[in-house]
This record gives sequence, structure tokens and C-alpha cells, in this order.
Amino acid sequence: MLRDITLGQYYQTESVIHRLDPRVKLLGTILFFVSLFLFNNPVGYVIAIVFLAAVIIMSKVPFSFMVKGMRTIVVLMLITVLINLFVTQGDVVVSFWKLRITKQGIILAAQLALRISLLIIGSSIMTLTTTPNHLTDGLEKGLRFLKVIKVPVHEIAMMMSIALRFIPILLEETDRIMKAQLARGADLESGNVFKRIKAMVPILVPLFISAFRRAGDLANAMEARCYHGGDGRTKMKPLKYKSGDAIAYLILAAYMVLSIYLGRLSLFKIM
Amino acid sequence: MDIIKTEDVLYEYIRRDDEGEVTGITTALDHISLGIKKGDFIAILGQNGSGKSTLAKHFNAILTPEEGTVWVDGMDTNDVDKIWDIRQSAGMVFQNPDNQIIGQVVEEDVGFGPENMGVPTEEIWTRVEESLKAVGMYEYRKHSPNKLSGGQKQRVSIAGVLAMKPKCIVLDEPTAMLDPQGRREVIEAARELNKKEGVTVILITHYMEEVVNADKVFVMDSGKIAMKGTPKQIFSLVDDLKALRLDVPQVTLLAYELKKKGLDLPDGILTVDEFVNLVSQQRG
Amino acid sequence: MTASCQGEAKGEESVSIIIDHVNYIFGKGTEMEHKALRDICLSIPDGQFIGIIGHTGSGKSTLMQHLNGLLKASEGTIYYNGEDIYEKGYDLKKLRSKVGLVFQYPEHQLFAETVLADVCYGPRNQGLDKKECELRAYDALKKVGFPEDYIYSSPFDLSGGQKRRVAIAGVLAMKPEVLILDEPTAGLDPKGRDEILGLIKELQKKENITILLVSHSMEDVAEYVDRIVVMNKGEILLDNTPKKVFSHYKELEAIGLSAPQVTYIMHALRENGMNVSEDATTISEAAEEILRALGRTGS
Repeated sequence: MLRDITLGQYYQTESVIHRLDPRVKLLGTILFFVSLFLFNNPVGYVIAIVFLAAVIIMSKVPFSFMVKGMRTIVVLMLITVLINLFVTQGDVVVSFWKLRITKQGIILAAQLALRISLLIIGSSIMTLTTTPNHLTDGLEKGLRFLKVIKVPVHEIAMMMSIALRFIPILLEETDRIMKAQLARGADLESGNVFKRIKAMVPILVPLFISAFRRAGDLANAMEARCYHGGDGRTKMKPLKYKSGDAIAYLILAAYMVLSIYLGRLSLFKIM
Repeated sequence: MDIIKTEDVLYEYIRRDDEGEVTGITTALDHISLGIKKGDFIAILGQNGSGKSTLAKHFNAILTPEEGTVWVDGMDTNDVDKIWDIRQSAGMVFQNPDNQIIGQVVEEDVGFGPENMGVPTEEIWTRVEESLKAVGMYEYRKHSPNKLSGGQKQRVSIAGVLAMKPKCIVLDEPTAMLDPQGRREVIEAARELNKKEGVTVILITHYMEEVVNADKVFVMDSGKIAMKGTPKQIFSLVDDLKALRLDVPQVTLLAYELKKKGLDLPDGILTVDEFVNLVSQQRG
Repeated sequence: MTASCQGEAKGEESVSIIIDHVNYIFGKGTEMEHKALRDICLSIPDGQFIGIIGHTGSGKSTLMQHLNGLLKASEGTIYYNGEDIYEKGYDLKKLRSKVGLVFQYPEHQLFAETVLADVCYGPRNQGLDKKECELRAYDALKKVGFPEDYIYSSPFDLSGGQKRRVAIAGVLAMKPEVLILDEPTAGLDPKGRDEILGLIKELQKKENITILLVSHSMEDVAEYVDRIVVMNKGEILLDNTPKKVFSHYKELEAIGLSAPQVTYIMHALRENGMNVSEDATTISEAAEEILRALGRTGS
């Protein structure tokens, strides 16, 4: 039951986007987010949609696969949109009972819905086309400048990749412990909230103990293999920019300039 | 020359209560002195809690002695400056296959040690390739470790140590959590390394069959070396081993039982062939 | 084999568990989907000591988790004392106290502050009052040979072997009629292995508990069980007495298992022209047989 959860849902295929350096994709995602918040007219969004569509097509990840991952967030999106739709003040378009829908409300809600969808799809492209490993590598190298202000970038990246490695193991362990306590007659499903939390103790205690034991073992194993932090460490798979990455950066720059210039032009403004 | 040498090593686990008062002391290593010859296949036996694992952790400076000295390839493990050289010379494989694989892809895990040592990228790749081939796991280099069997995971761990080009590998109960097939794979891999690459192997185990081909066996009990010798010498002493909560291979035990019943057999028979030959001579 | 399943089961009266054409599909609908159990038929009579053998992934642990309803068969059914456990309204919680399951490395499931409290967990879940729980816990700890002086200490301060005894007691305290143990000797030293297996044999003999022992070790199994079930790729490959099963040692090897060393010795002796029977499976049987063949029985 628990092992059905998949994390870092990487979609295995060969594509231009897959081959890009993770740093390009990280920066690209961040800039794309920034652009979305700068637009104040529809043209900006049109450019963003075209750009995103082009990237999706190049990534060769089926659009349906992407949408599947969005299902859980749709509810959240709907709530935000509805709230905006009903509470925004302005010129009333329709009204019934105590609710009023305004022109401004419609525009704001539509804008919000669009923004959230673009945000989610935009970030999912990164996780769909980058292995978790590559992603942590990208973070480590891309954020290396933070080391100047004493941010332990290497350590954070190492922690992330170890966490990714151990999540499936710990999920399996949870499954096993749950079954073992069920075999001893544990009742995890009935009773009020308080009772249920109490019923979790026999599962959580062994789980924590096991996690600590594993952590201790792993620390020993890492030390035995000469791990001593990021200093003086070489890489088996160092990140190196290729010509494709330079082109990607150029395209990205062009997108930013174009979309923000046109997206903020008052000429196209509707509100 | 001895690759590992210990002299009068003492190590204690001290238990404390919440106030920091000492509530108990367990002497895990009680003045151990031993020498391990370069290129040997050494086995260490002993019941649970006899100090085997503690001793193993001294061989690559995960633990350092309270009293006495441990030398690894001539380096004192108490010498802080030498610690990475020591760990590179004496690699270690642990019991739980899941808790020692760091990489999310087999080849990346094998590359972890050389990365830490600062080996140049290109050489890491050749080392990873050689090591994975040496343990027969090369074709799995792109796999996720989570999908491998226990025996395969342990072979990946061995490759991970091998990629550091150690002189000696310490295997701390590497087969305890495996099925018979996995156990065979791991022991075979260890034996290959010893024979082909000349790496000194120190195998800690509970399984007597794995010890039969060792050059030398140490038996530990409550922090001391209780017995040492060749497998033949050790397995001749069936009663002594049993008193230490250990065992002998079935064939040895059968010969021992037959001898008690009056058959003229030597002590310490280790293999089926040997047994069959000797028993057949009893006929007629 | 499949045809005999039903007939065999109906004939006997003291049969406690019948597994009737059970299939189990793992991860249905995902890319990991595979058949973990294929058409399993097994009848388990009261009081028998059965060894379940197979390498990792052969389906033996999956099958065991079906017996107390932790996993539900995709097809087929299981009868406990004549009742279909998949019938609507069947009390699975009650089944779990009748069919005790000790997982691999059971000491990893200990959680309470004292040994006694941990062993009481099962009986408490059965709804027994405190006194009854503690009485059962005492009794169970005694049966597994746990020293009385330590029942109020933390289970985490114990040695590995003692922890395992506590964990087994935790299941025994529920007074199961059937006890399933998944690799109860894993990670123990040789003497520890003998002690745990001896204790299990004792439970079968004295308490008349039906035992299913999942194991990798043919040597262990040969010594203690009445019957061996060999599993491979989700199917039952062999199901017979140890002697009969080990006579198929070549087939066992083909699936990554092996017979006890004694079996190989007897075969080698026979090939060498000695008139011994090959079906000795334990040291004492083998010794007797060799002495007989050498004409030394009298000595």
C-alpha cells in the first residue's frame, strides 16, 4: 500500500530537454516563475504558453502523463480560484443570493488559474526530465556561490540524495512494521483521532529506532569509504556545459526579454 | 610483513544513565594482540557479542583503541593525519546490504570511495569498471541498488571498496542477512579477490562452511582470542567450539561422531571428498 | 497436485488450515505487477511441524502473510478450521490471534518501555484485562526461556538473542494455535540458532502448536520438521517428508537451494561403492547408517 507512492517521478526517455544540464533547467524554471508574476497583460501569458508548449513538445513527455500528476492540486486550485472569483470587489456582472461576481473577479480568477497551472506544469517539466541525482548535482554546483555566506551546499545536496535513496527502504520498513503489529492484533483503523494516534506508537517507535540504526550504519559505511565532506572531493560524473546548454541559455534570455517587455506593455492591458 | 598488527588492544563500551553516571562497562576487546599476514584469507569466528565487530572496526580506524596500538600497513590508527590513508588501505563491508549503499545507481555507488579520495574523473571510471567486473556485477552498473538481491548488493559493496584499491578488505558478517545463494556469491567474490588480486581478506562470520578454505582462523570469546590456527586445527576441537557457542561443518561433526563410536578417523576433516576417502578405507 | 488438494483436505478431520487454489498478484495495475503466488494448494494438519523452503522472492513470505489475513488472495480462498476467512463478517482480528506470525528480525518491532509491557501488547489488543495480560506475558516469557530478572528492563538494552525471545513471546502470549516463524534464526550464532529451534520444537510437542518454519537452512529444517514444502517462483515445487525432498537434491540445486551436507556425503559414499542408504538427513542417522554399512553396529 505504501510503496505505491512514487517520488521524483522521472520520465525515462531521450530528448533535448532531458540532455540539458540540470543547472539550465533549474535556472530556467526559476526565471519562468518570475516572468509569470511580472505579466500584467494577456500577451505575456500567450508568450509563456507558447514557450511552455514548445518545451513540452521537445521534452517528448506525453502531456497526459504531466496532467496525471496535477490531479491532486486541482482541488487546491479550484478553491483559490473560487475565493478570488467571489470576494473581488468591482463592477458586478452576475449576482445571486449573497454572492456577486465582478468583472475584476473573473479576470483575477482566470489569471490565477492560468498562473497556477503554468507554475505546476513548468516545475513538473524539470522533475520529469531530470533524475533526482542529476537534480541534486545541479543544486550543489549551481548554488555553490552560497558557500561564501557559509551555506553548506554540498552537505545539503548529499542529504537530499541520501534521503531519496532511503525513502523506498523506509517505506518498505513501515509496511513491515505495520504488518507485524497487525499480526499482534493492532487496531489502526477504528476509534477517535486520539485513539488512532495512540495506536500509531507501536509503529512509530520501531520506525524511528530503525531509522537511527540505519543512519548510524550508513555513517560508518561512509566514513569507512573515506567520506569527509565536500573538500577535496572529485566527481565521477562532473557537470559540464555543452553547446546545447549555451543555446538554451540564449533562448531563455530571449524569452525573458520578450515576454516581460510585451507582458508589461500598457498597450495590451485589459484592466 | 603483517598488513595488520594489534598489540595489547583494549576497548570498552561504557554505559551511562541519564545523569551521566557510569552504570556498566563492557570490555569488548580485552588486550588483543594479533598479526595478519599480507595476502592471507583470514576468518574470525565468535558468538554474538564476543567482540568480533568491534575488532573489525579497529582495522580501519572507525574505532581506535583505548589502550594498545593497531597498525594498518605500518600506520598507527591513533595517528589522526593517517586516517584517510588507513581507511583507503583497509576497506570494510558491513552486514546490512541496505545500509551501506550510498549511490542511487550501482556505478555511482562504486565511484563514491574514489570520489572522496579525490581520484580524477577518468580514473574513477576505469576503477569502477574494473571493480564491478571483478565481482561480476558490471552488467548491473546502470541499475538501482533497490532492485538487486541481497547477494548482489553485497557484491556492489565489495566493488565499492575495491575501487579504492585497498590492500586489505574486512568483511563484517557480510552474509548474515543473505540466503544460501547470496552467501555463495559473496564468499566466492571474496575468495576471487584474495586469489587473483592478492588482496588480504578478513572475513567475520557465523557460518562455519565459509571458514573451511581460510588460511587462518581466529576464534574470539568475551573480547579475547580464544583459539587460533588453521581450519583443520580449529575444527579438530569440536567440544571446545561448542563450548564457545559455535559449531563445525556437518561433515566434520559426522566424522567426530563416528570417531567417538570407534572408527579410526583423524580430527578436523573438512570436506566431503576427504571424508569419503577416509571412510572408504575403513572397509574390509 | 492440484487435483489432490481438495480430496486430501476433506479426508482428514484435524486439518486446521486449507489453502485452496490461491493466486496472488502483486502490485496489480502498476508496472511492477507480477504473480507472486500461483495456484497454491496446501493442507496443514493440526500439530504438524512444517518447513517452508525457498530462496528470496520465491513467495514463501507472501504465502505466510495470507494465512493470517494480512494479504488477501487475488483468487482462491483459505479455510481456517473449516471456515472461509474471506467470508463476509469473518473476524480477521480473531484469526490473527489464532494464527501467530513472527516476522523476520522480529526484535525490530519491539517498542514498549519494558519487556513485560511489550509482550502484553498482543493480549491487550485481544481485549483481555491487565491481570490476564500479565499472566499470559509471564507464561510466554517463561516458555521462551527468558530470564525472569529482566522482565522490567527495557527491551532495547538486551542482547540480540534475548530481544528475539521477547519478540517471539509477544506472539506466543496471544495463545496462537498455529505459529508461523519467518527465518527465526537469522543473524544468530550457531548455539543461538539451536536454542531457538529447540524451543520451537518444544512448543510443538508440549503445547501442540502447529508450526510453520520459513527457513533458508536445509540443515536446520532437516533436524526438526515433519514435512518440507519447497517453493519456487510462487509455486510449490515439492511437498514431502525431509527424506523424500532431499532425494531431489539436484532439483533443489537447480533453483539455488541445496540439500544438507549429509545428503551429499551419503551420495558420495554410495558412489564410492559403499552400501549405505542415501536418505539419512541428520548427523545421527548418517552415523548409524555408515556404521551399519561398515558392519560396526555392535561396537
